[in-house]
Amino acid sequence: MPANRTGSAGTSPTGSSPAAGALAAAAILGFAGGLVVSSFAGFRDFLPELLRGAAVTVQVAAGGSLVAVAMALLATAARLYAPLPLRWLAVAYVELFRGTSALVQLFWLFFVLPMFGISLSPMTAGIAALGLNIGAYGSEVMRGAIEAVPRSQWEAASALSLGRFRTLRRVILPQAFVTMIPPWGNLFIELLKATSLVSLITLSDLAFKAQQLNQTTLRTVEIFGIVLLIYLALSLLVTLAMRALEHRAGRRLLRGKETG
Amino acid sequence: MNAHWDWHYVHEILPILGEAALITLQATLLGFALALVIGLVLAVCRMAANPLVRHAAAAVVEFIRSTPLLIQIFFLYYGLPEFGLALDAMLAGLIAIGLHYGAYCAEVYRAGIDNVPRGQWEAAAALNLSPQATFRRIILPQAIPPIVPALGNYLVALFKETPLLSAIGVLELMQTAKILGSESFQYTEPITLVGLYFLVFSLLSSGLIRLLERRLGVRAASRS
Amino acid sequence: MNESPASSSETPMVRFERVSKRYGALTVLDQLDLDVASGEKVAIIGPSGSGKTTVLRVLMALERIDDGVIHIDGEPLTHMPQGDSLVPADARHLRKMRGHIGMVFQHFNLFPHMSAVQNCMEAPISVLGLGKEEAHARAAELLTMVGLADKLDHHPAQLSGGQQQRVAIARALAMRPRVMLFDEVTSALDPELCGEVLNVIRELGSAHQLTMLMVTHQMGFAREFADRVCFFDAGRIAEQGSPEELFGNPQHERTRQFLRAVMEAI
Ligand SMILES: Nc1ncnc2c1ncn2[C@@H]1O[C@H](COP(=O)(O)OP(=O)(O)OP(=O)(O)O)[C@@H](O)[C@H]1O
Ligand SMILES: [Mg+2]
Repeated sequence: MPANRTGSAGTSPTGSSPAAGALAAAAILGFAGGLVVSSFAGFRDFLPELLRGAAVTVQVAAGGSLVAVAMALLATAARLYAPLPLRWLAVAYVELFRGTSALVQLFWLFFVLPMFGISLSPMTAGIAALGLNIGAYGSEVMRGAIEAVPRSQWEAASALSLGRFRTLRRVILPQAFVTMIPPWGNLFIELLKATSLVSLITLSDLAFKAQQLNQTTLRTVEIFGIVLLIYLALSLLVTLAMRALEHRAGRRLLRGKETG
Repeated sequence: MNAHWDWHYVHEILPILGEAALITLQATLLGFALALVIGLVLAVCRMAANPLVRHAAAAVVEFIRSTPLLIQIFFLYYGLPEFGLALDAMLAGLIAIGLHYGAYCAEVYRAGIDNVPRGQWEAAAALNLSPQATFRRIILPQAIPPIVPALGNYLVALFKETPLLSAIGVLELMQTAKILGSESFQYTEPITLVGLYFLVFSLLSSGLIRLLERRLGVRAASRS
Repeated sequence: MNESPASSSETPMVRFERVSKRYGALTVLDQLDLDVASGEKVAIIGPSGSGKTTVLRVLMALERIDDGVIHIDGEPLTHMPQGDSLVPADARHLRKMRGHIGMVFQHFNLFPHMSAVQNCMEAPISVLGLGKEEAHARAAELLTMVGLADKLDHHPAQLSGGQQQRVAIARALAMRPRVMLFDEVTSALDPELCGEVLNVIRELGSAHQLTMLMVTHQMGFAREFADRVCFFDAGRIAEQGSPEELFGNPQHERTRQFLRAVMEAI
């Protein structure tokens, strides 16, 4: 589902994370759109139902994010430091989930797994599919960030006779962490957007509610207009949160550099 | 339970899926062609002299990138008829895909254009070339080659998102597989085959892009 | 070429009238007055940051000026007449006036995706509306003149720095400008490649009735080639005169300092 948006040939970190001006512009656009939409009479009728859907969307996004980070960590660790068979397994995981479509993965978990006696609830299937999918991209991001830490850092650490694991944990990861925040921010937004797919396996998230309301009320433009704005608001929240995290992590790293 | 793999059934559905695969391919190529054009227009608007145009384009790009493609597809397919413009599912879906990936491509174009040295603009101005000629003949031919791999990545990404068209009933691969599955209650084969199809094509094209990237030697150049 | 090019009776080809250019708080050109007669060769020298490049860039209309007016052959370049007064030029007027001027850059700025001859054909076809054959003939003739008859189809990456700069000169000449601007055209070249470029400029100077302004750090060339040398300091002409006067007997302390520093560097 998400592109190789954070992959090697993608846009630069600054190019792909929204510029402050663009963010503000989008917010203004959203606000103006909100005013227009809220002037429609049906606004009050739809909103509670849509917000219930949004709560499900947030749940799936949060659960998916946890799975994604966990999978990315596992796969990265396995690819960089595990013995061969495990390494192959990790590579296979990343290539498989990056190489196929998120919707196909979701359908596979939901429709095919039961054939093997494993039935997942829509919520579990949704969280698992999105988490596995974004986790595969996240692993690429992590690997890239770790490999981007200069070799001299490893050498300096080994000169201090720090162990390999300790070096990784105390020296390499803190530096890699900062560089991977912006691409992870993009991935979380991709994940948030991808949660809309769970509506296709009958989970009543925001997208599902939108379609349901659309069919019963036929007020398409208003409904989907509001829904787009809710997604925009959620995306902006993610962006702002990641910004704050980046800021704090960056400051800590700088302070560390000054004292160290 | 029905966990075994039924080769006979596979044989039966392969031709049907093959036809659907052509629709998927068609949607991919048409959608991407649209995205390339829309992306260029958005990129040009983002560099316009008029600040209003510039900010509006930035906002549109940001808005499109921050909201799900699926909702955008619904919005166009179900919403446009309210404006008296009823499109068939394929066309509505293609426009949504073109807009969505156009917004992503706009950023790539912008990076490519930003990477053309300022001296090229100045040399063109000193030769009195018109703004249009400068852009078309001098800037774009230099901006495009380095961003071909990045655009290629979006082509692959777009390809993998065409299954979303199934949500409005376009008979591409995913929709066909779902129908086949619901008819026979055998989901394993059709959905797995669709997965394989995407896997093979994505791996192939990713490999191709990596090759291209190495050939162009532009990894560094594509970063601004 | 015996009449004095600086004879003041005729309209100057280039006239700066109290021209100021500022970047924020930094004044780069400070009420500059400068007349260049038709066919005159003016060398511009001066310390780094004194505004030499800026003079050429505002004349090429690559930058807007904040004050004053620039005229080309009596016609305002930076402004256009509207009723009785002058208003800032619009894009169309600038394009019309730019046609009189050609510029060669320090870093060549050749179009890397075009061969030498294509570099020289692009603007004549696109701007002057020349046919392809005519443009090719003109480009080939100019490239031959700069000694690159055998490099027509080479791309910039296949040419040496000196060759690239000669293509750039031919490219500018293909537009038949009346004024040519050269901004440190040999600064980016290895010393042994400067000669071939300077020779081309020398030839241009003797064979054409071309007005030339050149920013240069090569005092020897300025002395031998220019009709007049202008010493820039802090956005003004601190001193100007014939090469003999300026190099032989500089009047100002700043000029002497600068020349001393330049001579020591050699
Ligand atoms: N785009 C710009 N924005 C801000 N300041 C600028 C800009 N272009 C030039 N300047 C400043 O204007 C001053 C004059 O620049 P200019 O390029 O004309 O100097 P110069 O005499 O050509 O110097 P050099 O011999 O180093 O080429 C410098 O102080 C420079 O820093
Ligand atoms: Mg200069």
